[in-house]
Amino acid sequence: MSSLPAAAARVVLVTGVSRFLGARVANTLQADPGIERVIGVDTVPPDTSHGVSLGRTEFVRVDIRTPSIANLIASAGVDTVVHLSLVTSSSVPRAKAKELNVIGTMQLLAACQRSPDTRKLVVRSSAAVYGSSPMDPAVFTERDEPVEAPRSGYAKDAGEIEGYVRGLTRRRSDLAVSVLRFANFLGPGVDSLVTRYLRLPVVPTVLGFDPRLQFVHEDDGVEVLRRMTVEDHPGCFNVAGDGVLLLSQALRRAGRPSVPVPSPSLSMLGDMGRRFAGLSGFSPELLRWLKYGRVIDTTALEDELSWRPKYSTEAAFADFTAAQGHGPLTALFGRTPR
Amino acid sequence: MTEPGTLERGIASGLAFLRRRLAGDYEVDEFGYDPDFARTVLLPPARALYEHWFRVELSGVDNIPDGGALLVANHSGTIPIDALMLSVAVHDHADRRIRLLGADLVYQIPVLGHLARKGGHTLACKSDAARLLAKGELVGVFPEGFKGVGKPFADRYKLQRFGRGGFVGTALRAGVPIVPCAIVGAEEIYPKIGDIPPLARLLGLPYFPVTPTFPLLGPAGLIPLPSKWMIRFGEPMTLDEYDADSADDPMTVFNITDHVRENVQGMLYETLLRRGPAFL
Repeated sequence: MSSLPAAAARVVLVTGVSRFLGARVANTLQADPGIERVIGVDTVPPDTSHGVSLGRTEFVRVDIRTPSIANLIASAGVDTVVHLSLVTSSSVPRAKAKELNVIGTMQLLAACQRSPDTRKLVVRSSAAVYGSSPMDPAVFTERDEPVEAPRSGYAKDAGEIEGYVRGLTRRRSDLAVSVLRFANFLGPGVDSLVTRYLRLPVVPTVLGFDPRLQFVHEDDGVEVLRRMTVEDHPGCFNVAGDGVLLLSQALRRAGRPSVPVPSPSLSMLGDMGRRFAGLSGFSPELLRWLKYGRVIDTTALEDELSWRPKYSTEAAFADFTAAQGHGPLTALFGRTPR
Repeated sequence: MTEPGTLERGIASGLAFLRRRLAGDYEVDEFGYDPDFARTVLLPPARALYEHWFRVELSGVDNIPDGGALLVANHSGTIPIDALMLSVAVHDHADRRIRLLGADLVYQIPVLGHLARKGGHTLACKSDAARLLAKGELVGVFPEGFKGVGKPFADRYKLQRFGRGGFVGTALRAGVPIVPCAIVGAEEIYPKIGDIPPLARLLGLPYFPVTPTFPLLGPAGLIPLPSKWMIRFGEPMTLDEYDADSADDPMTVFNITDHVRENVQGMLYETLLRRGPAFL
């Protein structure tokens, strides 16, 4: 729609490159001959265990919470910043995750504002900014405000990050800023709170609730981020696979046994799991999501890119379960893939 | 007597349903509507009540238009069984699915919330209503809300205030007709002769009803009285003479709201007269 080839990205900076999504996006961008340099930054060295090579990406170990990120952006003449380092996992202590998410973003945005070369900013946010509550509309569009804004966890960070990004957009109206609110990622390579939850041998669900869930396949997520980077699509967009799955339906499709648990005991169970079994526990956000779910409208993205995700929510989930191996109940009730 | 053929078919379709459920092999829409589940699990018990307990009589089914429309009905009965009967009526006799807009309380209550979604209903909010109407669905609202369903027995068949007229704005913006609907009979199922506000506050409910049988007889008091029901659909009120902008003109919205309310009230009195005695 508003893609301007003249403004193609030449020097791209990708944050959070040592984690899965960042690595995959960097890998895709470095394969694009139109991009001169891809610079990947993160606080830890790249993790190669998931088998995604960074190719010709130049890795720079820099903490985006420090002003050194500004020096890097200025000296390399970065024109496009792809900010993917939103920490969603609960294996990082909360205080540190918040530092990385909020303070890191503030520094990065300050650097973008200062640098005359910066033209474009692509920010990974999350559909979690909408929260989950019984008063929610069935489907959220980008214009909807959360009914109950998330009060903790990465969902709150994502909301704050978006606030700072809006501030930058006001001050630097020449920047093309794209904010992407992703539904939960699924796919063979994804490791998140949700995939860990779905991989439990017996999956606890909240008694009396059956949330509507939406997923986005990692391949589609990477494609959206690639197009946002090489083309100009300013604005805020929801990203999710088509359709919805109910939690109960998803678990049966995966052949995973589940047990309904009253919600107070569930948070206790999660707490015990975290303490004694090294599991990730249930954050208040995850618990609310497991009760009320969340569905987002993706027509704005589809109109803007004239593109639809390759994987529907259903297909993304099927791909995830195929990679996981089916659960013990599949042999019993076997759903033959069509 | 059931013929063996139908019995076998019944068992086979039951097993096929069970298999689909256990394998997760069914579709839900973005509102969580699960047609397979609604048809097989939710509707049959409601249908038994509809046909044998309340002996519902329908009229004006042809007034339900094809395509998007907003059905506006009175609300009564202490427990909103009228919503359930309305969905059976529309499903079985008009071959449409009615998508009701419910109070947020419904979606806070475990089990009830997700059953309502599986039945195709959703929260009463502008965006959900607009989205459903844009898809050409038949959307049902009870503008009286709790004021209607929880009114004392002495006020039976007297329409309460029609909310703030939000439903009229929704119909105007979507450009769909309003179908007035009168439900007679629900008022007598649980005659609410008293209220215990402290208990209601404790349980977070809008009221705690006292009926001649509840809480006196305990759980047996929850059996609805077998009143005779009549549901009547009125002629669709097209709003073609107004444009979508008039949804932002409060005076127009108030006028249309009053007009719809009078219409439903009139239908209610007429149908009540036609019904005669409440329990025969």
